[in-house]
Amino acid sequence: MLHYATEILPSLLSGAWMTVRIFFWTLIAAIPLGILVSLGLTANFKPLRWLLKFYVWLMRGTPLLLQLIFVFYGLPIIGVIFQRYDAALFAFILNYTAYFAEIFRGGFQAIPNGQYESARVLRLTRSQTLLRIVIPQVVKIVVPSIGNEVINLIKDSSLVYVIGLGDLLRAGNVATARDVTLLPLVLVGIIYLLMTAVATFILRRVEQHYRSWR
Amino acid sequence: MLTLKNIKKQFDGRTILDNLNLEVPDGQILAIVGPSGAGKTTLLRCISGLETVDSGEFILDGQPYDPANNRDNDKVIGVVFQDFQLFPNLTVKDNITLAPQLVLKQSKADAEARGQALIDQLNLSGKEDLYPYQLSGGQKQRVAIVRALAMNPKILCYDEPTSALDPDLRQTVEQIILGLKQNQMTQIVVTHDMTFAENIADQILRVEPIKA
Ligand SMILES: Nc1ncnc2c1ncn2[C@@H]1O[C@H](COP(=O)(O)OP(=O)(O)O)[C@@H](O)[C@H]1O
Ligand SMILES: [Mg+2]
Repeated sequence: MLHYATEILPSLLSGAWMTVRIFFWTLIAAIPLGILVSLGLTANFKPLRWLLKFYVWLMRGTPLLLQLIFVFYGLPIIGVIFQRYDAALFAFILNYTAYFAEIFRGGFQAIPNGQYESARVLRLTRSQTLLRIVIPQVVKIVVPSIGNEVINLIKDSSLVYVIGLGDLLRAGNVATARDVTLLPLVLVGIIYLLMTAVATFILRRVEQHYRSWR
Repeated sequence: MLTLKNIKKQFDGRTILDNLNLEVPDGQILAIVGPSGAGKTTLLRCISGLETVDSGEFILDGQPYDPANNRDNDKVIGVVFQDFQLFPNLTVKDNITLAPQLVLKQSKADAEARGQALIDQLNLSGKEDLYPYQLSGGQKQRVAIVRALAMNPKILCYDEPTSALDPDLRQTVEQIILGLKQNQMTQIVVTHDMTFAENIADQILRVEPIKA
């Protein structure tokens, strides 16, 4: 059994690598984009606000699975063609940006107007105020909710299965179907658990970092 | 010297300040008193540029002055808010030295040296590395005062400086304000506490709510 496990491990790990790549790039893009969209959601310019509200509503109100299928199988019908991997990233970033934007919007709303006003009478610029005063406070507020989404993202990444990308779940499923054994799926479960454990650990550290002030 | 001429301010068509005039000579203390809702905070917010006025003039040291849009760092009007509004994510030292570094372009060492002098002057020595949540109300207020002073303001404004504190701290606040007067700081103090106003002020301005 150990022999079999070492035999299929390389294919599982290469699947896991795909999962990690999607996870990583989605976070790297969707967190800053989420901050920008959340700023847009509270902007004074109404058309922008409506547009972004509509986008968030659409992304949160439909399944990520549908969005994936739409991007990869749907868009080519109107001539927009993505590679599998690009399609997956595009759909994930679009979807997670919307969730992050909602979380950040709540965080920004929790900052009292007095913080902006005291920065203003100290003559800080708008971007200095955001970067030095507001965003650190927002981040502290949103870390737990972002953490939930990060864990979700690891698991959601298995949805790329449906557009034929070779991720961790697919690697396990292929081995199980071929060799008629449960072991690959058990290993897949263990690898997901390891990944969520690492993410949880890092998130705890971030939370601790922000615990020095209230 | 700051002069306000015929200042008028409305909110949604309701007049809050009507043809208000005042003059604060350099180094003096003006107390603004009046009942709740009279427009004291609004007046302070107009002077510090947080609200725009509907008409009237501001004159600072003989020059027309636009509080809401002035960018001249030699003409800062400092504000100590009623609830202080310290930055919770920054230590006392960083609360105080952030704006001098970013806005006045002081070096870190320079800003810290100047900040330290003010910290010592206002009895905050030893608190430099604490965060605002670790301070008492009186200490927070003094940090807010130091933070405003570190910008070398022309005028320092306070909104109800006694309201968020224990009553026995009133005298300490009086001493701080009078101490700054010794250093020629021009100050405007909004309060509804008449005794407090009489103890500190060179001049008292009464504002009354305007009947609709
Ligand atoms: N942003 C605002 N919009 C509309 N009305 C306001 C606003 N700020 C203050 N007011 C009104 O202006 C009046 C004066 O308020 P304020 O200046 O806070 O009085 P005070 O500080 O003397 O108690 C009050 O009736 C208040 O409701
Ligand atoms: Mg008031």
